[in-house]
Amino acid sequence: MKELSLNILDITQNSISACATKIIISVEKDTKENLLTVRIEDNGKGMDKEFVKSVTDPFTTTRSTRKVGMGIPLLKMSAEQAGGEFKLNSELGVGTTVTATFKLNHIDRVPLGDVGQTISVLVSCNQQVDFLYVHKSDGEEFKFDTIEIKEILGDVPLNEPDVIMWMQEYIRDGIKSINGGA
Amino acid sequence: MKSLADLEAIRNKTVNKVGLRKENAEETRIVVGTATCGIAAGARPVMQAFVEEIQKRNLSNTFVTQTGCIGVCRLEPIVEVYAPGQEKVTYVKMTPEKAQKVVLDHVVNGKIVEEYTIGKAE
Repeated sequence: MKELSLNILDITQNSISACATKIIISVEKDTKENLLTVRIEDNGKGMDKEFVKSVTDPFTTTRSTRKVGMGIPLLKMSAEQAGGEFKLNSELGVGTTVTATFKLNHIDRVPLGDVGQTISVLVSCNQQVDFLYVHKSDGEEFKFDTIEIKEILGDVPLNEPDVIMWMQEYIRDGIKSINGGA
Repeated sequence: MKSLADLEAIRNKTVNKVGLRKENAEETRIVVGTATCGIAAGARPVMQAFVEEIQKRNLSNTFVTQTGCIGVCRLEPIVEVYAPGQEKVTYVKMTPEKAQKVVLDHVVNGKIVEEYTIGKAE
């Protein structure tokens, strides 16, 4: 993947397939620790211990169209090639948390890319899910919460093109305002 | 800088349009495959191009949505167009430029862009 935001888009589909109704996506940049952390946390159906053990293996998948699943292996590879780590915690009936860390200044660290586009795609295509996006950058914080957005919109759906474009720009501006580009 | 007040303005501008749409239920759906294969092949910018084109042309009743793996990963990004009264049309190896043409020719003018369809690619 060319951008970490594309990995986020990909991994979050797993949460949606697992029937999550609340998904928290967070990105944290810590320049002092030279660390970038990406986390996706859901309240989906979770996985049992056996499945968790096998899930970083590309030959494990729940998809029915073919027998390989590359989403998690690709994110794990991105993290490890940038001096970071990949962690997955899951509990049946509770949910799953995927965490990937990266050395911020590692030469092989993939850029974060356009998070605004990723979040707007997820939100507009999965209106039944509540998303919270939290972006932290060296102590400053920007939050985008779809519960608040849905309250403002009322009957107007989240897949209205004007709304999609607004979400993208709002998130991009929010990240820029705390100097959180990575 | 975009603000929540801007979103409220969009709401107020759009709310009547949404009411009208409910009475006139025929809609066009543009479905983009966004499994790992689709995303890696460039599905997100393709989706973006569709949304921008729909917004630019102010097309009501046309929506972009996502689906999982359509099953022919080597032809990603794949897009399916469901227009009222028409069979599903599957476009393959899509790009943002092709997306603009599909909106203009197919969604607006009702003419399928044969050269981008899966029938032509196979």
